[in-house]
Parts: sequence; C-alpha cells; structure tokens
Amino acid sequence: MIKTDVVIIGAGPTGLFCAHQLGIIGLKCEIVDNLDKIGGQCIELYPDKPIYDIPAVPICTGEELTNNLIEQIKPFKFNFHLSDRVQELKNEKNKWLVKTLNGKEFETPNIIIAGGVGSFEPRKFPTKSAEKYDGKSVLYSIKDKTIFKDKSVVIFGGGDSALDWAIELSNSSKVTLVHRRDEFRGVPASVQKIKELSDNKTIDLITKYSIKDVNGNGSLESVEIKSETGESKIIKADYVLGFFGLIMQLGPIADWGLNLNKKTIPVNTENFETNKKGIFAIGDICTYPGKLKLILSGFHEGALAARGCFKYARPDEKYRFEFTTASSTIKDRLGVKE
Amino acid sequence: MAKIKYIEFNGTEHEADVTNGLSVMEGAIQNDIPGIDADCGGGMSCATCHVYINDDEWFKKLPEKEMGEDDMLDQAFEPKYNSRLSCQLIVSDDLDGLTVHMPEKQV
Repeated sequence: MIKTDVVIIGAGPTGLFCAHQLGIIGLKCEIVDNLDKIGGQCIELYPDKPIYDIPAVPICTGEELTNNLIEQIKPFKFNFHLSDRVQELKNEKNKWLVKTLNGKEFETPNIIIAGGVGSFEPRKFPTKSAEKYDGKSVLYSIKDKTIFKDKSVVIFGGGDSALDWAIELSNSSKVTLVHRRDEFRGVPASVQKIKELSDNKTIDLITKYSIKDVNGNGSLESVEIKSETGESKIIKADYVLGFFGLIMQLGPIADWGLNLNKKTIPVNTENFETNKKGIFAIGDICTYPGKLKLILSGFHEGALAARGCFKYARPDEKYRFEFTTASSTIKDRLGVKE
Repeated sequence: MAKIKYIEFNGTEHEADVTNGLSVMEGAIQNDIPGIDADCGGGMSCATCHVYINDDEWFKKLPEKEMGEDDMLDQAFEPKYNSRLSCQLIVSDDLDGLTVHMPEKQV
C-alpha cells in the first residue's frame, strides 16, 4: 500500500503539468498510465506533429512538449506506474483506496483524472465469436512468442505490428497474413520482406479480405474470412492475431459513480472537482460551460485542481499562494540555489 | 452551404445545413448528431469519425483520399471500400445532398 497525497490518472501533458503544480505546493503524487511510456496522446498519436498553441512556445512537437514537461517535474522525483490502469476505487472515511490492474494499491485523499479520451486499448475484432477465445487463442498483443511454434497463425492487419510479427513468426509457424486492401502502412523494408516471403511461399498473403467468423469446438480450429464482393474462405488456425492499432476507451472510469456527459466528466470551474469529493477531472476528459480541448486549458485546470487537493491532503494547514520567482520554499522544492 | 444527411446504423436520419469549409465530421458534432465520436478532433489520427458513402456516384465524386487516410481507416471499426473519415470531407456547395452512413460503432 502506497500512501500519497494525490493519485493522477493519465501521464499526458495535463497530468504532467498538474504533477508539477502539486510539487510546487508541496504535495506528493503517484502517476498511473495505461501506456508503456509517458506523454499520452502527444506521444501515442502525434509525436512528430507540430503544435502551435502552447503559450510562449511558437512551435514544438508532441514529443518535445512531453520531454520538456518530464524535465520540468524531475526535481520532485514522482513515481510513474506505466502499463497499468486504475481499476477500482473505494471510499473509506476521507480516503480513497485505489487498486490497479497490476495489483498496486494506493491510499490517498485525492484522485485527479487526467485521462484524455480514456485509456488506449487495442482495437478488437468486430466478430462476436472472437470474444470467446479472447486472451487464449485470439490475441491482440504477444507476450510469449514460443507458444506459436509449429502452429498455424493467422494475422490480421497492415501496419508495422502485423508485418513485423508475420515476418518473425514465419520462422517457426505457418503464417497467413490477411489485410483489407493491397497497400500496407508498414515501413517499406517490411512491406518488401512480406512480398518476398509471399512470393517464395513462406507465408500466405491474402489481401482484400477481412474477418468474418472464428470457429472451433472448445479450442479454436479455423477462421473464416470474407471479401467485399461476397466470397469467403476458411483457414485452419490455432491462433488468430489482430493488429488494428489502438482506440481510446473510457474503461473503468465509467464504473466509479461519476456523473458523465457522453464520454466526459462534468466538473466545477473553481477547482475541477467532480460530483465525488476528492475526485477531480482535468484536461480533455472534463467538461464545463465554455470548455476548450486545448493543452493550455488542461494546464490551467491542473493548477487549480492541485490547490483543490491541498485542503484534503493538509486539512490542518492553510494554503498560501506563492510565486516561483519569489518563494524560497518553492526554490527549495525545485532544488534550485539562490 | 450544403445539406448533409447523416444516417445512424439503426436507420435514424438526421439532416444538417453545414457551412462551407467545415468538415462533415464537424457538421455532425456541431449539430449533436450521434454516431460520430471524433476523439482526436479532426487530426486524422483516431479513425472514430468513420462513415460509409453507400452511393457509388457520390463516393467517386468526393475529393480523393489524402495520404494517410486509408492507413487510419485500417484501424477503424469494419472498414469497407466505401469508407471515409468524415473529418477529411470538407464541405462545399459541391457536397450539397451528400448522404453518409455511420458504422455500427466507432470504438
């Protein structure tokens, strides 16, 4: 059990700057994110795309912005819990007990949800029948590649993950690669390699087909694919892999009893608290009259939510507003010498 | 200005007058038409404003896909040959009368 002042859900720009504001006012926090890296959408969706509306930064990429924010909170040495997701919240007296998917537990008076549009999850097959085998023989990521040795593996997708795994697994498995069109979005070298492997019959390459159904009796036996012109084929399969990129889903946040408006959480604009005491929401995931989904708005919301956390984390102390230019306490926290 | 018809997967029809220069996606969002999520806000980086253009003549008439749109569509829910990202369809008088069908879901 980790005791802390605040648990921040989401390590995107809003969560990171909020952590900075918590550090400035002397609070501790732990940051949880479902992705395996820090930066949220900025890193996952558009690391190379230039952003033009960060105040006083005429242009920067998602990656640069993330790196600068990480640098800015370094003095506080906050812990990140990546590739993990907050799953359960329980209220006990004035504390929240927080449980993650990987079994970590936190005790905190404050939770700040800076979850963007939700957590990134792999897009799954649209076919109902695939759910039965999900995690067993229908997979969306690979943890242990040895399970595929000498097996029939059908891979769906046209991006780098699909191509890389088709190439890798073709060494020791019977691989079929299925993609909905003739073009692939993987790097040219991989696309070239796939074409070679297909030409010399190492893999079966089937384009302009997508999944129709998976069949089996207890264990997976085959996968049925269909073309848009109505033809279908059945391929023997021990494993079916789908690589269709990531989608964003609200996930467990929807189960915490928070008021929701479509996929957003209504908050007040004084400290961005939700309908639950001690749970705040900032950034793209929160909504209020006039809400703008801008990174700079997320920064503002984080600064105010951090002050909102202070009263629950330090009920016996009075919060005192200070400037970073003038306060020696803040300079100590930042580790800068006068 | 163009009149755009949005048809939900369950058949519910919505019509909106969309100002030139906006995208078909923005036309749906501004008029509270359900069925288009647009998680990334029009950056062609999420595939949650996916629509079908069921009328072949309209499909051919639309401006061609730019680089990257098909790559994103690979990651959409049940993409077909007549799939488009509605954030990439910019409204002009030429689009007056366009009908778009929404997929069963976006995520």
